[in-house]
Amino acid sequence: MILARVLGNVVATQKNERYRNARVMLCQPVTPEGEEWGATLLALDSVDSGVGDTVLIVQEGWGASTAATGEAGAAIDSAIVGVVDRVDLLEPARARK
Amino acid sequence: MQLARVIGTVVATVKNDSLEGRKLLVVQSLNANLQPQGAPLVALDAIGAGTGELVFWCRGKEASFPFKREDTPTDCTVVGIVDSDAHVTRGGGR
Repeated sequence: MILARVLGNVVATQKNERYRNARVMLCQPVTPEGEEWGATLLALDSVDSGVGDTVLIVQEGWGASTAATGEAGAAIDSAIVGVVDRVDLLEPARARK
Repeated sequence: MQLARVIGTVVATVKNDSLEGRKLLVVQSLNANLQPQGAPLVALDAIGAGTGELVFWCRGKEASFPFKREDTPTDCTVVGIVDSDAHVTRGGGR
């Protein structure tokens, strides 16, 4: 799973029918320290996340589809499965050891 | 599967039902010299690992296999704890 910040959402009237009632969120991967990295991505919401939240994103189709729609087999490869309250890290010197 | 160091934990109250009670670990993948490679990820714990430990993790749908609830949404699960840094050896094995 990756950590990401929710930047916004995407409205698409015409979409695959398995995306019915889904919230498609625009997300930016962040490091545990909160710095942005990598490419912006879309993920289906399964936990009622909102703009500005730091979230956990699963990037594996079966789990993402099951979490977001309740069933496997949809054309979904990323889902938000948790809203992060806090990240506790080792101090950097020890983490690199 | 990759070697990684557990560098922290994540607290998330609001989460998918099947993640209830599961420990979330921040893992930094390591190369053969145990130096960081790539960005840290969040992994689900299936083995009882803790911060500071050298572990290995599994990716893909297979990452959900260790859990009783087969709908556990994870793409990264810690499945082993390496005995110590000295137990990672290059060459000269056997």
